[in-house]
Order: sequence, then structure tokens, then C-alpha cells
Amino acid sequence: MMSQAPLLADTDRARLTHAYPAVFKPSLLKRIQTVTIIVAIVGLFLFGMVWLGFSFEKLATGISRLGVILGLMFPPSPGALLHLYLKGLAETLAIAFLGTMLAAILAFPLAFIAAKNVVGQRVVHFLSRRFLDTIRGVDTLIWALIFINVVGLGPFAGILAVAMSDIGSFGKLFSEAIETADTKPVDGVTATGGSELHQIRFGIVPQVLPVILSQVLYYFESNTRSATVIGIVGAGGIGLYLSNEINQQNWDHVSFIILMILFTVAAIDFVSARLRRSMIAGSQGRSERK
Amino acid sequence: MPKLRLTHFSTDLAEWFWNWDGWLWLLAETLLVAYVGTFLGATVGFILSFFASANLVKNAVARAVVRRSLEFCRTVPGIVFALLFVYALGLGPIPGVLAVAIHTLGALGKQYAEVVENIDMKPVDGVRATGATWVEQVRFAVVPQVLSNFVSYTLLRFEINVREASVMGFVGAGGIGKELLSSIRQFDYSDVSAILLMIIVTVFVIDLLTERLRHRLLGIERHR
Repeated sequence: MMSQAPLLADTDRARLTHAYPAVFKPSLLKRIQTVTIIVAIVGLFLFGMVWLGFSFEKLATGISRLGVILGLMFPPSPGALLHLYLKGLAETLAIAFLGTMLAAILAFPLAFIAAKNVVGQRVVHFLSRRFLDTIRGVDTLIWALIFINVVGLGPFAGILAVAMSDIGSFGKLFSEAIETADTKPVDGVTATGGSELHQIRFGIVPQVLPVILSQVLYYFESNTRSATVIGIVGAGGIGLYLSNEINQQNWDHVSFIILMILFTVAAIDFVSARLRRSMIAGSQGRSERK
Repeated sequence: MPKLRLTHFSTDLAEWFWNWDGWLWLLAETLLVAYVGTFLGATVGFILSFFASANLVKNAVARAVVRRSLEFCRTVPGIVFALLFVYALGLGPIPGVLAVAIHTLGALGKQYAEVVENIDMKPVDGVRATGATWVEQVRFAVVPQVLSNFVSYTLLRFEINVREASVMGFVGAGGIGKELLSSIRQFDYSDVSAILLMIIVTVFVIDLLTERLRHRLLGIERHR
């Protein structure tokens, strides 16, 4: 393709080279830099492969075994356990819902403390932010394991785990929403002689509520996903059945459960995307009417 | 959390983190699982994302197939893939790597495709006018526009994958998770707190580093 294209005349080439020197001769230093970065990235990758004991033979046997498993997965069937799976799925949804609610309720006051424009204190701001970061750094599954030891096996531990890991994210997101809120309504409330609590209640809360609600919905979506797996460690929901069926090699049941999860997540995504859109449209309509 | 007395601070600390070098190795393994998984997933996602973009591929069926498979990779939780792979490949970090890679592929493929769909099409037309093939168009007109965004998304995903890799050990797929699981099961709470603290610090450091990198990249972009 390229060889067929007519070559540039020498004079044209000289003119172009003169006009755009950087394109034709990138500096040597920059080239070395690029090459070094690429070599470092790929090198670390290869080193990782070797260190983790990667081998093609193992992978080949693994893939052939995976193929056998995939073959056994079809057709997906629940066997005689459909009612159990449905109950597990309902439990998963309940865990996600209650966990998200609990986190939202607990994070709401925390967010005001962490917001710069509400509590002016630097130390409080810094400490609360770090606290929220720490909570966020621990995975939901780890919280689930910890709460299993605290409250015992079952969905209650799952609810607490979901709530715990969401408090961190919610606290951060809510406080960012509060910090970007318009200060004029707050000034207005101050001018009428409102106390600080009044300022928050009538100046800030109406502004941030739609944002917060849409974030809560979004997290409910992602929590249905994480709630499906906390059952693997014994914290209630469909994950328990999934890991049991994998251990017992009932592959048609496994594929059925995975399909159930996929459909549920897709349905919830669909519903909550619609709800969020109508909520945002609603809040915009309100501001237009003003 | 064990008692830390000020008078015997160093010995108490040593007792608390009695196995710190072993845990550090496991943490390094966790980081490597996350890194290799991110690398693999990002590479495949990079290639697939161009096929999922409406402005580059006109064939709606091919696009839909790529998009649905990316969705599948993203929706099935990583730990479920890990369970399956542990079964097929045996215990060890490699199933963890593959599970992280597949989840990353699904998530990054989608984000990449969204970036690609928002590019300026004029350079693509320009390159096509010179008689370039489709691959050449992508290479010289699309990639230079999207690369910085891609890198930034990849770094964010790496952060997430470090967290993800720390729990892969729960199902036997390598990393620090196995140690954490066994100490939680044995009610060995001073070990649990020590390991958790190390994980949190690591995640925190990684967050900080990638944030720095991303800001620097954005700075370069603005400078241009």
C-alpha cells in the first residue's frame, strides 16, 4: 500500500522537514525515554509471569479442562433446587438494598463533618477524610469475613459488610457534592437569621439530595454484584450456593446460577438507569421553573 | 489489635508484625498478580475496544458481539472466575491473574471504547485520504488521540485490581488473601490487624503513586 503511493519530490520533502523538524527528528532523549518506559512495563510483566510460575503446559491443560467444564455447563439447569436459588437471589438483593440504605444513612451526617465548607476545621476535615479512605481501602469480602466472626454466619454479616465498605465511598462522594453546592441559598438562610442547622437543612440539603439519591441508586447496582460473591465466604445470598455447586462439580447448576445473576444484574441496571435519568430530569425541570 | 506499650515499643511492634517479611513477600505477589492481570486485560481490551466503537466499525453485528462479550466479562464477579480457574488450573497465583485479567478486560474495554467513540474524526479522514489501511488509520489517527486517557483509566483500574487481588487468596488464587483468611478463621486478631494494616498502607501508597502519575500525564497533555 505504502510503496504504491507516489514519493514526495526532494524539494517538497526538504521544505516539510524544515517546517516541522520535531516530526521528522524527535529528540534522542525523548526516544530513549519512551523505549525505556516500554521496556520497563513489558519487563515487569515478563518478570511477573516467571515469578508467579506461569507455564504454557499448565495453561494448555487448564484450558482443555476448562473446555470440558464449559461443555458440561450446557444446558444450564437448576435441577430440583430452583426454589433455593430464587430464595438465595432474593436474599442477595435484600443484602444489597439494606446494606446500601444503612451505609447511606450512616454516611449522611459523616459527609457533613468531612465537607470543607460545613466544618471549617482543617484537622477534622483531614482526619475524617483519612478515616473514610481507610474504610474504602478494605474490600467487601474482607469486611464480610470479619463480620462473620463478629455476628456469625448468615445474611446479617453480609449486610454489615456491604454497609461498611460503602460508608467510605458514600462519605467521600456526599462530601464532594456538599462542597460543590451553591453557597447563595446558604447565605439567604443566614440572612433570615437561620441557625447553622437551619443553613444545612434548608440551604444545602435540597441542593445535594438529587445527587445523593442518584449515587445511592448507582451503588445499589454495584452492590448487587458484590453481594452475589460475599456468600462464597458464608455471608448469605446466592454466592453460597454458587461456591457449593462449584465444589460439587454440578456444572449445569453453576451455569444456571451465573445466568440468573447476569439477568438480575441487567434488570437492576436497566431499572436504576431509568430511575436515575428521570430523577436528574426532574431536578433539572425544577431548576428551570425557578 | 495488640497492646503497644511505649516502654517496650520496638519489641511489641516486632511481636505484632512477627511475620512481616513473609507477609511482605505475599503482598509483593498480590501486587504482581494485580499488575500482570491488568497488563493482560488492558492489552486485550485495547485491541477489542476499537472493534466495539461505532465510529470505526460499521458492522453492527460485529460490534454487538464484542460489546456483549465485554459486558459478560465485566458482570460476572472476578472471584467467580477465580473459583472456576482454580478448579481448572489448580491452586496458585495464575488463576488469580487470569480472573483479574478477564474482569479488567471487560471494564477497560468498555471505557476505552467510550473514549474512542468521542475522538475527533478529522485526523482519521486525513489518514484515510492518504490511502492508509484500517490498521494504519487506527495507529496514526486514533491511538495518538486516546493514549493519555487510556493510560489514566488503566492506572485507575490497577488501583482497583490491587484491592481485588488481595481477596483472590480467599478462594486459593494466590496473594495475601490466603494468609488473611487463615488468621481470621483461627481468631488470630493481632495477625488480622497486622495484615489488614499492611494491605491498607499498600493500597494507600499505590493510590498516591497512581494519582501522581495521572496528574503528571494530564499536565503533559495540557502543556501540548
